[in-house]
Amino acid sequence: MELFWYIVLMTMLAIYVILDGYDFGAGIIHLFFAKTEKDKKAITSAIGPFWDANEVWLIASGGVLFFAFPTLYASSFSGFYLPLIMILWLLIFRAIGLELRGQVHNKIWETIWDKAFGISSLLLALFFGVALGNVVRGVNLGIVTDGVSTHEPQYFFLPLWNPSFSPQAEHLGILDWFTVLLGIIGVISLTIHGANWIIFKTNSDINKQLKKVIFNLNFVLLTLIIISLLVWHIIEPKPFHNFIKTPWLWIFPLITFTGLFGLFKIKTFKKDGYGFIFSTLFLFGGLTTTVASIFPKVLPSTNDINPSLTIYNVAADEYGLNVGIYWFTIAILLVAIYMIIQYKVFKGKMDDIGYGDH
Amino acid sequence: MEDMLFYDRMQFAFTITFHYLFPQLTMGLSLIIVYFKGKFLYNKIEKYNDVAKFWMKIFALNFAMGVVTGIPMEFQFGTNWAKFSELTGGIIGQTLAMEGMFSFFLESSFLGLFIFGEKLLGHKLHFVTGFLVFLGSWASGYLIIATHSWMQHPVGFEILENGKFVLNNFGALFSNPWLLPSYLHNQLASLITASFVVGGIGAFYILNNKHNEFGKIFVKTGVVFGFIASTLVAFPTGDLVAKNVVKYQPVTFAAMEGIFETEEGGSEIVLIGQPNIQDKKLDNKIAVPNILSFLTYQDWDAEIKGLNEFNPEDYPTNIPGLYYAYHIMVGLGTIFIGLLFFALIQLFRKKLYKTKWILWSLLFLLPFPYIANTMGWYTAELGRQPWLVYNLLRTSAGASPTVSSGNTLFTLLGFVGLYLLLGLLFLMLAGKIINKGPQLIKN
Ligand code: HDD
Ligand code: HEM
Ligand code: HEM
Repeated sequence: MELFWYIVLMTMLAIYVILDGYDFGAGIIHLFFAKTEKDKKAITSAIGPFWDANEVWLIASGGVLFFAFPTLYASSFSGFYLPLIMILWLLIFRAIGLELRGQVHNKIWETIWDKAFGISSLLLALFFGVALGNVVRGVNLGIVTDGVSTHEPQYFFLPLWNPSFSPQAEHLGILDWFTVLLGIIGVISLTIHGANWIIFKTNSDINKQLKKVIFNLNFVLLTLIIISLLVWHIIEPKPFHNFIKTPWLWIFPLITFTGLFGLFKIKTFKKDGYGFIFSTLFLFGGLTTTVASIFPKVLPSTNDINPSLTIYNVAADEYGLNVGIYWFTIAILLVAIYMIIQYKVFKGKMDDIGYGDH
Repeated sequence: MEDMLFYDRMQFAFTITFHYLFPQLTMGLSLIIVYFKGKFLYNKIEKYNDVAKFWMKIFALNFAMGVVTGIPMEFQFGTNWAKFSELTGGIIGQTLAMEGMFSFFLESSFLGLFIFGEKLLGHKLHFVTGFLVFLGSWASGYLIIATHSWMQHPVGFEILENGKFVLNNFGALFSNPWLLPSYLHNQLASLITASFVVGGIGAFYILNNKHNEFGKIFVKTGVVFGFIASTLVAFPTGDLVAKNVVKYQPVTFAAMEGIFETEEGGSEIVLIGQPNIQDKKLDNKIAVPNILSFLTYQDWDAEIKGLNEFNPEDYPTNIPGLYYAYHIMVGLGTIFIGLLFFALIQLFRKKLYKTKWILWSLLFLLPFPYIANTMGWYTAELGRQPWLVYNLLRTSAGASPTVSSGNTLFTLLGFVGLYLLLGLLFLMLAGKIINKGPQLIKN
């Protein structure tokens, strides 16, 4: 039962990253590459009718985490208190940037909300990468100092950073060189993903330029990924342990690299949607590979006194998990229907739906 | 520790109060928009479609505010109330997750279609998307109130040795006797908010002699919906929730009503008076004998327990606050019924649009349903104190163990600043839409 909900949760989170990821990416592209009013319009129109529903995947994943793995929800949300609240603030800024910009026609007003939208998208992409980094690196559960646990074993608290900035320090912070590396990977992969979405959904003038951007960023991404794999053993002594034990898990890295290498061919694609498919594969593979590498742990402990949190010691009671399946099955089918309707109605290029002309 | 709890509570209270300013309009207004759009489909008078579109603009703005302030709510259980989440997550997480899966998806998917899709869909399907948005928002209210009802009156669970609450009866969450009265009461209350917003803006148009024709539609709709909802909010639903409180939380009821001592031969109902905790009495009291006993038990002489019969440890922590919150809600409810009753009479005599004092009152009262709603929630929440889960888990046992007060204060200040900005922007932009009026919005 735990395994079932774990798969559900990870799938929902991956869907969230894939869907809201293109919103973030679009924001980053908007910040750096959109010059004319027409480009900006095209970009916001391409995500306008979707972003809210995309964000619901985050809320719904949070809900599933809450009810299926309450201890993990409690431990990680209070332990990562500061970055989470900041993520919330950024989500607010991003949403109002997007929604309020078109309400008043004034240069200063528009500039403020353009920047709010772009910068918060960028920071969110960074933060989500950092978050993933924190989860695989692990935390000092129970806040152990000098061999004594000062809190219940499932609780911890991390400051934003510590002077040493190292993932191996005794006192960890949210930001260290390893988590920031994953943060940067996050930003680049979502930029690529967002660019692919814009190419797919618009006829904007920057589409050609974006293909070049994707091509170049893909090299950077490949390099960073190789670096991160080389340093992986620092945070996980036996990095490929799970993959050796369970060979079918190799499917996940395989998906990742299919996506990554596929994108090098971006300039030759016949259809505008292909790029998006490859970056989706990349994101899905990347996320699943990362979490599979620490499975069944969901939050590793960096001390020897308190055990890591695994899906088995954080789950809710059997009965609750069982009844959950009934309503969840109905709900997810409904969600699928809504999504089909939504994407059917807003199919094709969306430059002209007039988003923001309230 | 005390300190920390204080900031956690302030943060929750502040963010939820602010959040709920928006959904109450969302839920009520979606119903009124569906009504306008339906009326257009039925009588094909273009005016009603314009009106529906006009309110859709306000709705969209309001909805965006509801969304951005709602997301922090979902996270805050974990960030600030980790211990509570850990112990009860298997239960309240269930209903909260259902809210995400069943209602937020429904709302957010169809809102985009409702706002951008009129041309693509045609009027009939456009109506359907509007209806689905309405359904989503009311389902969301239902699941939230189900969660809340469990905290007020926990059912369908057992407590394990390690202190965890585990669900053992899913159905009980929804047949909770606290749920239905509370839900209906709350939904009607949100319809009151929407009615006063619609009616108040209508009155503004008429008094300003601008968009007169639309002003009349708004005033009429606001008055009719408002009157029905205000009446039902007091009776039977207000009465039913109050009876639940008497039955399951007698100490709360005593504090709400300001009854310090049990009175033999029936309790009086207090209209005015300030609770004086030191001397255990009400100052400057005006009261009518025996009414409260009758309202509560349909028996003039029934005995209602006063605070003196309970252990002071279990008293609500803020008795004066609770007492005022309750009396302000009930007082405003009475005023709403009174005013709308006169308005309705004038409507039947076809004089409503010329009766200046009623129009002015409608305009002036526009913010008051928000106050009544907020006070209603303060009644519920302050009344539940000192418990998070009534009688089972103290609020002090629910906070996050590792988050320090300095950090909570920091985020609280951040939320206050950010929400002030949001509030200002909302008012400014809503003002802009209202100023333009339905005709210009149309295109
Ligand atoms: C326009 C708003 C409004 C108005 C006019 C009223 N209420 Fe109310 N009331 C609410 C809005 C509200 C609310 C915000 O919707 C609450 C908060 C929790 C809930 O379920 O509904 C509530 C809660 C609430 C509670 C607390 C329930 C609990 O502890 O959980 C009681 C006892 C009443 N109401 C009783 C009344 C009575 C007797 C009214 C007579 C006029 C009344 N309310 C008018
Ligand atoms: C169903 C939805 C709600 C749930 C599940 C809920 C839950 C909670 C929780 C967990 C707390 C913190 C602990 C405490 O101090 O009691 C709290 C406090 C509070 N909530 Fe709610 N709440 C809900 C709705 C509301 C609404 C809509 C309002 C106001 C508009 C509100 C007003 C407050 C206030 C004022 C406090 C602080 C109480 C105090 O400090 O004593 N709540 N609520
Ligand atoms: C602690 C309690 C609460 C939590 C955790 C919460 C959570 C949320 C979240 C996450 C959203 C955004 C949904 C989206 O993206 O569409 C939202 C919106 C909404 N919430 Fe709340 N909420 C709370 C209290 C309430 C209460 C008391 C009600 C009313 C009964 C309510 C009704 C709504 C509605 C109708 C929306 C739709 C969007 C809008 O406001 O326009 N919420 N809420």
